[in-house]
Amino acid sequence: MAELTVLTGADERDLTQLDEYRAIGGYDALEKARSMKPEALIEEITNASLRGRGGAGFPMGRKLSLVPGPDRRSGPSYVVANADESEPGSFKDREIMGRAPHRFIEGCLIAAHAIQSQHVFIYIRGEYLAEYEVLARAVEEAGGEGLFGDVDVVVHRGAGAYICGEETALLDSLEGKRGQPRPRPPFPPVAGLYMEPTLVNNVQTLASVPAILEMGVDRYRELGAESAPGTVVYSLSGNVNRPGNYELPLGTTLRELIFQHGHGVAEGRALKAVIPGGSSVPVFTPDQLDVALDFDAVQAAGSYLGSAAVIVVDDRACMVQLAVRAEKFYMHESCGKCTPCREGTRWLVQLLEKIEDGRGTHADLDLIANVCDRIEGKSLCALGDFAVWCVGSYLKKFREEFERHVDEGRCPFGGLSSVEGVLAPSDQHTHTAMAEVPA
Amino acid sequence: MKAAENPADFQREVDQIKTAYPDHRSAIMGALRLAQQRHGGWLPPAALEEVADAVGVTAAHVEAVASFYDMYNLEPVGRHIVEVCTNLSCALVGAQQVVDALEEQLGIPPGETSDDGEVTLRLIECAGGCGYAPVVVVDGRYREPTRPEDVPQIVEELQRG
Repeated sequence: MAELTVLTGADERDLTQLDEYRAIGGYDALEKARSMKPEALIEEITNASLRGRGGAGFPMGRKLSLVPGPDRRSGPSYVVANADESEPGSFKDREIMGRAPHRFIEGCLIAAHAIQSQHVFIYIRGEYLAEYEVLARAVEEAGGEGLFGDVDVVVHRGAGAYICGEETALLDSLEGKRGQPRPRPPFPPVAGLYMEPTLVNNVQTLASVPAILEMGVDRYRELGAESAPGTVVYSLSGNVNRPGNYELPLGTTLRELIFQHGHGVAEGRALKAVIPGGSSVPVFTPDQLDVALDFDAVQAAGSYLGSAAVIVVDDRACMVQLAVRAEKFYMHESCGKCTPCREGTRWLVQLLEKIEDGRGTHADLDLIANVCDRIEGKSLCALGDFAVWCVGSYLKKFREEFERHVDEGRCPFGGLSSVEGVLAPSDQHTHTAMAEVPA
Repeated sequence: MKAAENPADFQREVDQIKTAYPDHRSAIMGALRLAQQRHGGWLPPAALEEVADAVGVTAAHVEAVASFYDMYNLEPVGRHIVEVCTNLSCALVGAQQVVDALEEQLGIPPGETSDDGEVTLRLIECAGGCGYAPVVVVDGRYREPTRPEDVPQIVEELQRG
């Protein structure tokens, strides 16, 4: 079995208990970190090439070094842990917080030492009630044991908004506002929470830090890919025999994940598509199973590793229906601040529904691609990009299936698609009825 | 959590939330959650006013915040809330069949509350249980996976209390 760095010991022990975590060396890495100068600690994390596990893959060491120390700032600085996991397909942070909360807290405290901050805020999505309870108890227990030193740790609960996983929207939400993204620059390390220097990192990124100090950089770098060392918790879901979280070295191939760990496509069906990094990233086809799941390799293959959430789609699913459902999500979650995303997602839903209902024309297919083009890169945050990467790639890679809807004047699945008739939350909100966009 | 009994208690609890933050406005989300508990699971205009007073911001700002997030209910809800995720991973493994079973056995379509005010059925976006799909959430607690054949038991539990 491969070496773990994030969920280490969670199968053998109840790591929600502080004494159990300490029994396997828990919080020793924090002690080691605190014996180091902050600059040396940042150098260690930089040398480990730890890349952010929240989606963007940004090097944590570089982020740390962008936050000014006490001699270069007048006010406080903050560590904000992004625990607002809500990318469809992703459920890794939930498992980390629920099963190894202290490793995550330890990572937060190490990060606080690195940027010499006395304040940690953990923003956990509101729906994660059970995980909040575990985490809050772990924070209380660790704080009670004096492990925080002069740092205070606050767990802040969200209230249901996908956009708050975007770091600047999260900061606005934490400040008691609607969670809408901010223009950048300034970036959070310069002006973040309450406009003070702020380090924002994903749960898993922070939970990966203790292992670097425990193992040492050289041994840590032996795990995973050259450009992305370490392990990652892959969230595997959809039409697969054994869905679940699998912590494996970065760079594990899709084939190994789906067929070895996930025991293959469910019910012996044929594989139709794989979404490699959460619902927002471009879809892969079965001929791409040998792509290594690390940031650079997935990007070279035309998609993104994102949050390493792999969704398996078998041959029963209509890609147009899947596109409608995916786009309704982005329509529902668009915060409304930027016009291309707010209006464009609605327009895409209408066009895609038109295709699915058999009312579409070939010109509509080109129009979908055109609308995608008018959204991508034209909003403050990446939600608009996400809203077009998914459906744009379905159209591009499964164009023939879209065309059959047009040519036959109906869904070629004839009511037998696995996602036939699936309703979205937006279907139940009668008060948000949308005006028809002239198409 | 037991709801606070009177406005002074509510103010005290909100003041306690405020101590966690350098800026009192950060207490809005926690105060809204508390107010929703005090008001039977939703936020009538009076509750938004209470939050505004307790936090020290305008009611308009509180409403702007409350209306942004899915978990704040601006309309009355049932004593129990049953939610079904129908996002991709759940949809692929039969979420709609679970929705259909709940609709049939609860007698209400998604988005509505039973006439006796007992149950609200609604659809939600990804709840983060994709590997244990389909995900149903009953009063904030995840039931994973939930298949159509599990629905009678959920309905029975709701009817019992």
